[in-house]
Amino acid sequence: MENDFIEILKDVFEVDEIGFGDRFRDYDSWSSLTNIALIAMLDDEYDIIIDDKEFRGIETVEELFNEIKIRTA
Amino acid sequence: MNDVFTLKGKEILITGASKGIGRSIAVICSKNGAEVHITARNSEGLENTMNLMHTNGHDLHTADLGITEEVNALAKELPILDGLVLNAGIVKTMPVRFIKEEGIDVTFDVNIKGSILLIKQLLKLKKIRENGSICFISSVASKKMTVGNAIYSASKGAINSFTKSLALELAPKGIRVNAVLPGMVKTNILQDSSISEDDLKNHLNKYPIGRFGKPEDISYLVVYLLSNASAWMTGSLLTIDGGYSIS
Ligand SMILES: NC(=O)c1ccc[n+]([C@@H]2O[C@H](COP(=O)([O-])OP(=O)(O)OC[C@H]3O[C@@H](n4cnc5c(N)ncnc54)[C@H](OP(=O)(O)O)[C@@H]3O)[C@@H](O)[C@H]2O)c1
Repeated sequence: MENDFIEILKDVFEVDEIGFGDRFRDYDSWSSLTNIALIAMLDDEYDIIIDDKEFRGIETVEELFNEIKIRTA
Repeated sequence: MNDVFTLKGKEILITGASKGIGRSIAVICSKNGAEVHITARNSEGLENTMNLMHTNGHDLHTADLGITEEVNALAKELPILDGLVLNAGIVKTMPVRFIKEEGIDVTFDVNIKGSILLIKQLLKLKKIRENGSICFISSVASKKMTVGNAIYSASKGAINSFTKSLALELAPKGIRVNAVLPGMVKTNILQDSSISEDDLKNHLNKYPIGRFGKPEDISYLVVYLLSNASAWMTGSLLTIDGGYSIS
């Protein structure tokens, strides 16, 4: 699951390396469009809908991963 | 008020009338004297719309516009109509790079193909009265682009072209065809467009009138298009957006 998750992020943000400590809003490709893409991918892949307010509280790749783990457990 | 604006004695079909703009159009058409036929998938939503309508004599038809058999069955059930409002529509925001074939299909099936097939069937069954009026709910998104809405905008652009082409074809029968292009109206559809609260606030700055639309704002224009007051209007694409497209 962890590998798939990292692959999704690489795809969305078009980067080669993703670290768990990364703040994904700091990536060069971060925009309202990648924001939409990420939320839509989480819905497609994990069937989870993160609303805007919650999403704003999630800052790092690790926090996002943990959120998915909790919700899919 | 001059009663050229009345819908009295007119039978009108409204698609996507289980909520949002379609519900408002149904209620306001009923207030203006029309006999209203409403359709959508969700029968509970349709019932609620029925309860909001003023007089009696209206009816509801549950149907999925994305399923051809259901569209054909709907056309059979309906009486001869004076007006049609093709309002059902969906939006799925996604960068083109991530669009799935299924997403394209469902958007085009509901936003344009279902309406085309419904009109084709009604014409075949001679169920659109001479001097009738057909009104599409397109979107300002067909003219002014926002990032992430390529498929939605393309489907609405298809509606605009179809509107003009059908207007030409049906003019000899006196049937008029027009489209309304609303800007942002506050309905549930916003939830499906994955637009964030911040983006929404920024977007509001682009509305010179200073607010987003209400469903009624759109309904009053639709009433005009369905009434005899617009007898000389056909093939028109009418923007109604609080000034968004001139800002
Ligand atoms: N809100 C805006 O800002 C805005 C702006 C410009 C244009 N528009 C257009 O206005 C129209 C109405 O939008 P809205 O904001 O009122 O949206 P909404 O609240 O989401 O309502 C959409 C309507 O379409 C119906 N519908 C969806 N899929 C359907 C299907 N497969 N078969 C039959 N009916 C279906 C829904 O009914 P069921 O779910 O019960 O089937 C519902 O009644 C749409 O065409 C939209 O593109 C909206």
